Amino acid sequence: MNNDLFSTDLVPLAILGGIGTYAARALPMLVPGIDRLPPAVLEYLRLIGPAVLGAIAAASVFVKGGAFTVGPEVVAVLAGAAVGRWRGNLLIGMVVSVITVLALRATMGS
Amino acid sequence: MSGAAAALSTARRRLVVDSLGIWVIAIIVGGIFGFTARQGGLSLVEAIAFSSILFAGAAQYAAVGLLVVNTPWPSIVLLVWLLNARHLLYSASVAPFTAKFSFKLRAGLAFLLTDEAFALTTAHIARLGRIDVRGAWYAGFTIFIPWNLATIAGWLAGAALPDPATIGLDVVFASAMAGLAVGLVKDRAALVALLVGCASAVAAALIIDPSAAIMIGGLLGPLAGLALFRSRA
Repeated sequence: MNNDLFSTDLVPLAILGGIGTYAARALPMLVPGIDRLPPAVLEYLRLIGPAVLGAIAAASVFVKGGAFTVGPEVVAVLAGAAVGRWRGNLLIGMVVSVITVLALRATMGS
Repeated sequence: MSGAAAALSTARRRLVVDSLGIWVIAIIVGGIFGFTARQGGLSLVEAIAFSSILFAGAAQYAAVGLLVVNTPWPSIVLLVWLLNARHLLYSASVAPFTAKFSFKLRAGLAFLLTDEAFALTTAHIARLGRIDVRGAWYAGFTIFIPWNLATIAGWLAGAALPDPATIGLDVVFASAMAGLAVGLVKDRAALVALLVGCASAVAAALIIDPSAAIMIGGLLGPLAGLALFRSRA
């Protein structure tokens, strides 16, 4: 554990990482004429949202330690997503996920 | 109040309600990052630099993990860039709506375009049929401010922070991503994109590497949805 408040040795690393990160976030928005893309490309871009967000969720709950897993987390996340969609409220879905995973872990003793 | 003004007001209220969950995530995950950074040997200033300059949750965690095992800086930087390459897709997705904005405004909004800000912004755009500048700034700062404050709090709290798994908070991030993803499903093409994105990400994490999962899912999912779109066009 580091108890040093003011060391700056790793700040350049944050800046280097930030340069590539910012470039990825900014370049498409700063390129002129991006709004004149063909309909198929615009459709592709519209579909990126659900695909990427779903990919983040799926990879984090189905893969643990390099192996495929179906544990309480999968059930909890699916239940939360379903309730959140049904109620139209993300926060309610997250609360359902937390309650579900705690209940399942208590039941399964894990 | 005109119809357009009423629709904007309704959409902004919905944005604020949706962002409450994101605030919770940012506070919890940001706090855990601050704690993890301290455990990994980062000073408070360095932890703040990671959260305010790099400002990308998964990449920050990965970088600290690599620092702990003495990975050379060039390798860490390359991994961070690869992990965050998916933001190209986010930016390209939002770009058609921001094309009329000034360069400075676009450059500023781009800095805040994280996973969560993208999710909130695209949902807000879907409700309005256009981008709302105030809504986009709100979506960005909804992450940036609590994330950075929580990083400081987590670093200062040190060992007093409980293990998130013991109180069920380890599923919050995945739950938020899944909830936001299903919220964007408005038709069959989006549903196909979501399902194929999930399946290909899991396959990529198992076969190739977990760091490749999000990029592969984010590229293949829309391709599958687009195939459905073109077959019906």
